[in-house]
Amino acid sequence: MLVVTAIAIVRMQRLFAIAMLSGVFSLLSALLFVVLDAVDVAFTEAAVGAGISTVLVLGTLALTSRVAKPSTHSPAIPLLVVLVTGATLMYGTLDMPNFGSADAPAQTHVSPDYLERSPHEIGVPNVVTAILASYRGYDTLGETAVVFTAGIGVLLLISGLHRRREDEDEEEESGES
Amino acid sequence: MRHHLILRVVTKLLVGTIILFAFYVQFHGDFSPGGGFQAGVIMAVAFILYGVVFSLRKAQKVFPPWLVHKMVALGVLIYAGTGIVSLFLGYEYLDYGAFSPHHPEHGQHYGILIVELGVGITVTGVMVAVYYAFAARPPRISDEEW
Repeated sequence: MLVVTAIAIVRMQRLFAIAMLSGVFSLLSALLFVVLDAVDVAFTEAAVGAGISTVLVLGTLALTSRVAKPSTHSPAIPLLVVLVTGATLMYGTLDMPNFGSADAPAQTHVSPDYLERSPHEIGVPNVVTAILASYRGYDTLGETAVVFTAGIGVLLLISGLHRRREDEDEEEESGES
Repeated sequence: MRHHLILRVVTKLLVGTIILFAFYVQFHGDFSPGGGFQAGVIMAVAFILYGVVFSLRKAQKVFPPWLVHKMVALGVLIYAGTGIVSLFLGYEYLDYGAFSPHHPEHGQHYGILIVELGVGITVTGVMVAVYYAFAARPPRISDEEW
């Protein structure tokens, strides 16, 4: 279903439908994360990908145009790049351990340590939260700072410019009168 | 969207529930999936939904932009401030054991709760601020054009 949605997105010209389909895509990948037992990630994906980003894309659409421009150059080179990259990634997965196997690096490196230590050091049942907020507290602080910076950037780029234009208009008006 | 009666009624029902759910995700994040980031996004969704269905003006009356902009910074300050408080209490930066020296576990619990609150506030602020920034730009299009 993910593949079908992706192909539909590529084939379509109407941006409104594309925005909706990318929401569907996010929701489907959230389901995929649930199947993989990563409920926290699925939660985020569903809320951000399917919810907020769709609204933001629609907001952008309202500001720009609603139909994609037909591309003028041939799709051969991009297609080649995508195929080569995809083939490399597929080749990479051949070496990966089977899903859920006990001797995979993900299961043997630091996670048993965290799983063992967090119940009596942190005392919080959700280990993901314990790792995020306590063991990796610096990282999460940095993450929050990134969100903060991104928000400030968008505000400066969009609303700041808007306000300055209004000021200029007012100045022009006052100059004319 | 004055004529979408069903949308407006359903939205009125949903907004309260969404905010309640956001608080649940926020403060129950250490027992169940979720945490500050998810809660912040859900909280923002409530206001964005309100803004989309009613109007930006009404949403901004409920949740004024100056407050949103303050929240963006406040969350990071709460997070970083937690670390500084633990520094002053004689522990390492962001070592939550500082808040309850005799029961480090409880301290960790409080610390995580406060820090997640900071994350949630920042994320809510940023999401709503970005939505306001996009929606406040002039060209309004009629419903029929979609």
